[in-house]
Amino acid sequence: MNNQKRKPLFHISRRQSMLWYRIWLIRGLAILAALVVCALVSVVMTGENPFSIYSTIFTASFGSPRKIWVLLQNIAMLLCVSLAVTPAFRMRFWNVGGEGQALVGCFASAACMILLRDKLPNGMIIFLMFVTSMLAGAIWGAIPAFFKAKWGTNETLFTLMMNYVATQLVAYYCVVWESPKGSGQIGVINQQSQIGWLPVIGGQKYLLNILIVAVLCLFTYYYMYFSKHGYEIAVVGESEKTAHYVGIKVEKVIIRTMMLSGAMCGLAGLLLTGSTNHTLTTTIVDGRGFTAVMVSWLANFNPVWMIGTSFLLVFLSRGAGEISTNFGLNKSFADILTGIILFFIIGSEFFIMYKVKFKHAAEKEVKA
Amino acid sequence: MKKYLAFVLSLILCLAFTSSFALEGKPVAKDDIKVGFIFLHDENSTYDLNFLNAAKEACEKMGVKYVLKTNIPEGEQCYEAAAELVDDGCNIVFADSFGHESYMIQAAMEFPEVEFCHATGTKAHTTNLANYHNAFASIYEGRYLAGVAAGLKLNEMIAEGKFTAEEAKMGYVGAYPYAEVKSGYTSFFLGARSVCPTVTMDVTFTNSWYDEALEKEGATKLINDGAKLISQHADSMGAPTACEDAGVPDVSYNGSTVAACPNTFIVSSRINWAPYFEYMINATINGEAIAVDWTGTIETSSVELSEINEAAAAAGTAEKIAEVKAAFADGSLKVYDISTFTVNGEKLESYLADVDDLGDWQPETEVVSDGYFHESEYRSAPYFDIDIDGINLLGA
Repeated sequence: MNNQKRKPLFHISRRQSMLWYRIWLIRGLAILAALVVCALVSVVMTGENPFSIYSTIFTASFGSPRKIWVLLQNIAMLLCVSLAVTPAFRMRFWNVGGEGQALVGCFASAACMILLRDKLPNGMIIFLMFVTSMLAGAIWGAIPAFFKAKWGTNETLFTLMMNYVATQLVAYYCVVWESPKGSGQIGVINQQSQIGWLPVIGGQKYLLNILIVAVLCLFTYYYMYFSKHGYEIAVVGESEKTAHYVGIKVEKVIIRTMMLSGAMCGLAGLLLTGSTNHTLTTTIVDGRGFTAVMVSWLANFNPVWMIGTSFLLVFLSRGAGEISTNFGLNKSFADILTGIILFFIIGSEFFIMYKVKFKHAAEKEVKA
Repeated sequence: MKKYLAFVLSLILCLAFTSSFALEGKPVAKDDIKVGFIFLHDENSTYDLNFLNAAKEACEKMGVKYVLKTNIPEGEQCYEAAAELVDDGCNIVFADSFGHESYMIQAAMEFPEVEFCHATGTKAHTTNLANYHNAFASIYEGRYLAGVAAGLKLNEMIAEGKFTAEEAKMGYVGAYPYAEVKSGYTSFFLGARSVCPTVTMDVTFTNSWYDEALEKEGATKLINDGAKLISQHADSMGAPTACEDAGVPDVSYNGSTVAACPNTFIVSSRINWAPYFEYMINATINGEAIAVDWTGTIETSSVELSEINEAAAAAGTAEKIAEVKAAFADGSLKVYDISTFTVNGEKLESYLADVDDLGDWQPETEVVSDGYFHESEYRSAPYFDIDIDGINLLGA
């Protein structure tokens, strides 16, 4: 038996704090590493040189004015859902139901467009689309919040399940409103009459969405850091007991915040259905409700930083998609690349949270 | 800001005007032709693979440039893909999936100088856009031929004493309860019944064009419920592999599945899209209008049967198919001959179909005359959506 005490190869401890530029240095290195590995994998699979792969990633987002607009639109929509889930996150209410809350927003907008198209003037329909989609999202968010506040149910599971309820609801109505009969698809709603279509400003289809989300971003920033509600959210997030002690009604804050969260998701749904896609499908939100969790988390729940993190994720995923199209590889390859990128980005968070000391480094420290 | 906006707007208008006047209806040099293709899935889907192969074949044969975009969902992404193809210099943009249609129309409205061609769509003849076109093929004739092969196989199994004539039941895995699918399985069934008069058929729907697990499950369930032979109208390998596992003969779709199913694959019908692609490219080169609705037939080589797998097919299948094909060619045989089927026990003397697909679900066109149902004549996409006697829809 070896009596000598063996030292572990490395030692992990939690960091107290870290300077902001070091955090971004680590993240930057992670992205760089991700790009290198992506290029390596692509080179091995396609035999192209790595620079043509990088230029493909870049042109996917910036190759033409249209691509830039599409990039901005995708950033705006991802950011919108991310902003929406953030107040709840700050409260440590893990809302993974953004997908469903946005989807019911799409559903409410589509319902207004289809059911009211011959009955009300267009302006009224658009107004009702705003009201109903945000209300629908708010209700979808309030249900799990109510159960959490009253009986302490697990909000992660509850909000997740609500996504499936929303998907099934939409799947059902896709059949009810299908056109033509039997196809299970709604197609573009009111394509000829354009009833319920949000106005196009400046000749740019996506500009309205981008502006609305920009305003929403500023609003969320103000709400979280400079309003009384924002403060209450932060206190509840830190400790419910403290919140009780200082006289904050925790139940009320939880339900109110989740209603706001849901309403903002509902607004994202409205923008998708009313302003750009003009349709309703079960996949219209396109996983943004889940990607939003990462966007919000990586930005440390800061609405302004989220612009950067949503840009990063949209840019990389569009690049991955373009590589698989341009080099004649199928969708699985884009998924592989996205997987690599996410692995590095999420992995880098570990090194931000924890310090890793190797054995010989630790010894040196002792000597010194 | 306003001034700037006004300037940009007027610039856009100017550009739109000049470009539409410059290009519309003029012949295009072959070297300048670039065709953009939009596919719902990639080569893993038998449906899209069929289009992909035809696109490459036609463009390489004609020596024109082309771009392939795979995995484009039936949504806003389809419009974006079409617009990007236009930016990329394509003069013709083609999309292969039914749900792409509204987005193709949207792009066609925005880019009048580019030709937009769409397979399986229904709206070209009502949208009145000079640059938007639908195409399909009389695949119901191909499915009828495949049905004949299925009927002969059933007859052979009955003769071998594997089951009685009354037990002859087929199973069919369909995608949606939609006219394209109904037209397909009805013609397949009528083909089978023309040689095996006692046959019946169960149909199950997956409500998806591509869901390997559901299709496999559907086929397995049909087999467990006593189906002696399976066919499909859904795009994955789900049903063929379920048949191979269970040793049940299978008539597949979109191309031969003999490599994966050497013991059970009989024959497959498919639409060969290469003739249409050549047609639309030639029309654009010559500055001729592309047909609003184009229906390929057996004569245009658009409707094809794969090689018959002698290991699974009944003896004499090839001869019988050749005979039926000849009857189609001389016009003596019609797939939907109203003397060969009944609806709720009665002969179908008259039927209004929803040919003008305006979203109103209102049928307006009389499609039965001269003793048969006129499929794909009033528009290219099928509109036969009648439930005939002998076919049992599961879960409906």
